[in-house]
Amino acid sequence: MSDTSSSVAAHTPALEHHFTTMEQQTDAAVMGMWVFLVTEIMFFGGMFAGYMIYRYMYYGPWLEGSQHMDFWWGTINTAILLCSSLTMALGVRASQLGQRTSLVVFLLITILFGLGFLGIKGIEYHGHWVDGQFPGANFRFPGPNPRQVELFFSFYWAMTGFHALHVVIGIGLVAYISLRSWKGAYGRAYHNPVENVGLYWHFVDVVWIYLYPLLYLISHKHALE
Amino acid sequence: MTTAAVPMREPENYLNKEYGIRSWLLTTDHKRIALLYLLSITFFFFVGGFFALLIRLELLTPAGDLVSADTYNKLFTMHGQVMVFFFLIPAVPAVLGNFLIPIMIGAKDLAFPRVNLLSWYIFMLGSALMLYTILNGGVDTGWTFYTPLSTEYLTTNVVAAAMAIFVVGFSSILTGLNFIVTIHRMRAPGMTWSRLPLFVWANYATSIIFVLGTPVLAISLALVGLERMFHLGIFDPRLGGDPLLFQHLFWFYSHPAVYVMILPGMGVVSEIVACFSHKRLFGYRFMALAVIAIAVLGFLVWAHHMFVAGISLYSAMIFSFFSYMVAVPSAIKVFNWTATLYRGSISYMTPMLYAFGFIGLFTMGGMTGLFVAALGIDVHVTDTYFIIAHFHYIMVGGMVMAYLGGMHFWWPKISGRMYPEGWGKLAALLIFVGFNLTFFPQFILGYMGMPRRYWQYSPEFQVLNVLSTAGASILAVGYLLPMVYFLWSMRYGKIAVDNPWGAAGLEWMTTSPPTTSNFDEIPTVTWEAYNYDELKEVPVERH
Repeated sequence: MSDTSSSVAAHTPALEHHFTTMEQQTDAAVMGMWVFLVTEIMFFGGMFAGYMIYRYMYYGPWLEGSQHMDFWWGTINTAILLCSSLTMALGVRASQLGQRTSLVVFLLITILFGLGFLGIKGIEYHGHWVDGQFPGANFRFPGPNPRQVELFFSFYWAMTGFHALHVVIGIGLVAYISLRSWKGAYGRAYHNPVENVGLYWHFVDVVWIYLYPLLYLISHKHALE
Repeated sequence: MTTAAVPMREPENYLNKEYGIRSWLLTTDHKRIALLYLLSITFFFFVGGFFALLIRLELLTPAGDLVSADTYNKLFTMHGQVMVFFFLIPAVPAVLGNFLIPIMIGAKDLAFPRVNLLSWYIFMLGSALMLYTILNGGVDTGWTFYTPLSTEYLTTNVVAAAMAIFVVGFSSILTGLNFIVTIHRMRAPGMTWSRLPLFVWANYATSIIFVLGTPVLAISLALVGLERMFHLGIFDPRLGGDPLLFQHLFWFYSHPAVYVMILPGMGVVSEIVACFSHKRLFGYRFMALAVIAIAVLGFLVWAHHMFVAGISLYSAMIFSFFSYMVAVPSAIKVFNWTATLYRGSISYMTPMLYAFGFIGLFTMGGMTGLFVAALGIDVHVTDTYFIIAHFHYIMVGGMVMAYLGGMHFWWPKISGRMYPEGWGKLAALLIFVGFNLTFFPQFILGYMGMPRRYWQYSPEFQVLNVLSTAGASILAVGYLLPMVYFLWSMRYGKIAVDNPWGAAGLEWMTTSPPTTSNFDEIPTVTWEAYNYDELKEVPVERH
């Protein structure tokens, strides 16, 4: 049993010297990615914990701040990221089936979605900046609790900022594996990097799935009234 | 540098396989990376020690005469930051863990060798930022970066220091990630979880803390940085932000980090005690579970650093209760080491002296930890020298002792040479005496009410402070000695055999020093850990 697996392994150029089998290498890589995602959850968790505490303390100002989020841009961006996760998943599927062209195409579409998300985020950031909704000396807010709304906007900028940074890193990673895919590095036998980058991309997507309601939707019912 | 003087070629090992700076800076060999870490943290140990020296010299007299108050604030801040983040946290995991874990579990390398090298480069980037901070005039936040002091009032290099620690945190995260995956996926056939050496268990527990805790420190420091640079007011009271939130986030990492600074030491001591008692470690299963229990409980006690910060009495009581709970697994460790000694054939080699030192000083540090876990006493001694003495007993008396013990124990494996035993014993003795003379008076000082972090003090505290400073100079000599004779032994030390101590464990079954791939053939393990009853051979080096 071990003889056959090691002889198979010897024929796989992607097997690194310190692993015994390809299966061991893949297991290790996938587990490594999941452990890394746990660290990411803890990283964002610090901000989510702070958000929760202050939202409980300053619910009114939180609603006021949230009313100044652009509902439609936020919703469109959510849709864009969800679609990008779909194309990423299709890319992973294509890599498993060894379909090089569709793999590259799906990865490139994923990158375009990611860039689109960043572009829209940029438009929103610009609007907030012009309206004096960046914390600090130039912060202006017409409501009764401008200080606490400033706190809300501190969270908005920190959380979406760190999320956007993760999208940028994600785009870089997807671009790298697109290039490698184009050169034919991945196929049926070896496509683990595609899966791992996919996991990362989905994680970044999931973070946004939480950010969207917490920042954009908490006041939406009130806005319609 | 011709080989004319060397009659016989050494067999190939990880040290002599390749030469040249490239072969070190681009290596993915876990053993070479361990040595890169060793060099880096040794440098920072002496930087941090230099700050400690200046602190003790200032405190020789009650008046603030050697340095100004502001300089003193910088000295204790940078002493803490350098020692905690650039020496103690990476000490055992990144040096000894990196070197030993793959060998101990019968693997050729860690699961992600390139990530391992990356972690060292990240460490170097953080180090560069820290050195920039130091050379650019320092920082005086205290190692804790408490807001709003750090975000509002100080004009020193807060952002650079926070970035240094933010960056260096990622090297811990990657090391922890690498260890977890390696221990799960790279064990040799037959190396079951219940056969793992306790050193591996201890580093596994440490890695859990790295992975779960360090990211929270990263985000806390990042938010402090954003508040300083861009006025995002997450902790700003003027906006309704709460500085206590920073303390919660900071200690959520930094209390578990205290256990990062003791658990790997416990692993080292377990190996040493079993070896030099020549006996199976008592209560293996409990020892393994105890380190995991300490790591888990460590996440439930952070607010005991905040008893006087204005948290609610009820949460203080709960945190106090959990803090007491930590004593249970800690006591299991101490009892089981002592039980291992019972009827063992003990030899008093240098590593064993350090292990004895560790057990005694850790017990002192742990017991005083119970004092300060009690709400009433904590209110009395918070921010006094009692706290300083308490955590130095754990971190220096515990961890540094264990680290040095481990360095002596595995030095033959790392360097292929023996250190000089007589000098080793002398240094161990000096360190033990110097340590106690430095820090025991601080318990009394603290209990009498001398506050920490002041550069002046009332004249009645002077005698004890002079004792403490005298102890610190003995300690300094004790720390310089191993530095000198380790370097000496690399050239002149006796050639080490593969298993000089007659110790159990896979690392002693390979050559000293090991080859690049550790084993010629991946071993198959058919024996339990610490099978000293089956080892009949007479140890070569033991008297």
